[in-house]
Amino acid sequence: MLLGHRTWKFENRPAIAAAAAVVGPEEGEGPLADDFDIIHADPYVQQDSWEKAERALMEEASNLAIKKANLTKEQVQFYVGGDLLNQIVSSTFNARTLSIPYIGVFGACSTSMESLALAALLVDSGNADTVLAGTCSHNSTAEKQFRYPTEYGSQKPPTAHFTVTGAGAAIVRSSGPGPVITSATMGRVVDMGIKDPFNMGAAMAPAAFDTIQAHLKETQTEPGDYDMIVTGDLAKVGHGIAKELFQEHQIAMDQTEFNDCGLMIYDVEKKKDLVQAGGSGCACSAVVTYGHLLKRINNGELKRILVAATGALLSPLTFQQGESIPSICHVVCIESGGE
Amino acid sequence: MANKQLKKAMPVQQKYQKLAQQKEPPRPIFKNCVRAFIAGGTICLIGQGIMEAMVHWFHFDEKKAGDPTVAILILISVILTSLGVYDKIAQWAGAGTAVPVTGFANSLCSSAIEHRSEGIVLGVGGNMFKLAGSVIVFGTVAAFIIGIIHWLLGGGGS
Amino acid sequence: MQFFWAFVIGGAICVIGQLMFDVAKLSPAHTMSALVVAGAIVDGIGLYEPFIEFAGAGATVPITSFGNSLVHGALAELQRDGWIGVVTGIFEVTSAGISAAIIFSFLAALFVKPKG
Repeated sequence: MLLGHRTWKFENRPAIAAAAAVVGPEEGEGPLADDFDIIHADPYVQQDSWEKAERALMEEASNLAIKKANLTKEQVQFYVGGDLLNQIVSSTFNARTLSIPYIGVFGACSTSMESLALAALLVDSGNADTVLAGTCSHNSTAEKQFRYPTEYGSQKPPTAHFTVTGAGAAIVRSSGPGPVITSATMGRVVDMGIKDPFNMGAAMAPAAFDTIQAHLKETQTEPGDYDMIVTGDLAKVGHGIAKELFQEHQIAMDQTEFNDCGLMIYDVEKKKDLVQAGGSGCACSAVVTYGHLLKRINNGELKRILVAATGALLSPLTFQQGESIPSICHVVCIESGGE
Repeated sequence: MANKQLKKAMPVQQKYQKLAQQKEPPRPIFKNCVRAFIAGGTICLIGQGIMEAMVHWFHFDEKKAGDPTVAILILISVILTSLGVYDKIAQWAGAGTAVPVTGFANSLCSSAIEHRSEGIVLGVGGNMFKLAGSVIVFGTVAAFIIGIIHWLLGGGGS
Repeated sequence: MQFFWAFVIGGAICVIGQLMFDVAKLSPAHTMSALVVAGAIVDGIGLYEPFIEFAGAGATVPITSFGNSLVHGALAELQRDGWIGVVTGIFEVTSAGISAAIIFSFLAALFVKPKG
């Protein structure tokens, strides 16, 4: 059912039957380490290249999610996925291995919720019974593609983000135990003219504000109706800006716990020299949601949350051609199943 | 085209950019400069030491000692890059490791080892100058222009 | 004594680079390119050689000396061969540095994988 302009209410309450989060070494040393299914000490994941490593993580997360749902991959009808690499190769090559009908999406770091929302839409509308949604990222592939070779000695400013190495996958089904997806709001591309690719938080904050406020308005809810609202990877700088935007527009985010996955996945104060402002990457919101947040919903700590994954839609070329950074945010509402 | 039309940022964008600037943590400029000074100075000190060693122990004359000095510094930089520590030092040192010739070697070496996965020819060969290319191009063009100016101003032999 | 100046001058050139990073917000590529051109210009007006006499490695180690070498090569050949020397001489003096960097980097790429 469509609410307002861009919010879907999922009346049939599709359930997240299972989810998996696999991560790399840095994430495995962070505050949420216990909530991840697998932690890899080797950033190469025993592969020959960074790109193959990212692919291996995605395959592992997908297979694990399918297994945890007590399914075989033949029983999964669609796979909605994407990642940061050119031509979203991690996802496409994963789809090749899985042999599941594949819908590739690109939302940069907002892909986790973009894919989850689409999976829920497919299931809720009766057009699928079982859908896999997943995304991944890798610190080294992101550095290699977007910035500099990993061994290059460039100095990162305090506004920079640290791309999460990991993969998150979820199986969405029409019924069954597990947390349920009750609504989602799709984002619009928002560009406030921020040009600095080392300050993506500032570029993405307006997009987060835009979609979250649209979701609240169109579902006619208030921040207090949720136990937690998390943004994907605004990190220290972007999250502070977002807080101020909400305050300016008198949306009372202090009624709830307003946090950010990029701040949760690393100890940003202790690891300041490595992660600067905090985490980013498609995997950031994916592993925090599918590992940590779903666990907290399952054990009753959280009953209703909003996950607002944010993505910066730039490429190295657009930056070199003088363009600013357009961003997007997709919001999904996840509630405890409580059957 | 769209970019030229929006060249003047709209008021709401300008207001946001002001907010973003306010919230941007300032770079620790003084601290970075001190670190760059120490690191860069140290590398030059090491270079000086190598040069003296070349002159006194290997009997190079002072003019010619520059070449092996640079080669040795480049070798050290390549080794540190290969061991994966150059980038860690550089996060501390900033321009202190980037400005000396060691930074040049690091840019070549890091690009080369990164793109090995794409093969020796297209990967290593094709990408080695990804970062250093600008330096070489601009240096060459500048040298050419300066050379031509010298020639026009009456320099030059037969 | 030259050790002292090598340290101070080399450090100072790096501070200029750092200011280009942090105040002018230039990328490393922009900064290095600017410094190379600066070195070339300084040698063009004949001041880099005395600079090297004074500061030793503090002047030969930073990337500015690369610009100096390029101009030096061009001007030396210009003296010898006339205007064609500007083109034939550019890489004459810097050959050691560039060759070393290419060869060592290539060898490194054969034996080492990046650590991330």
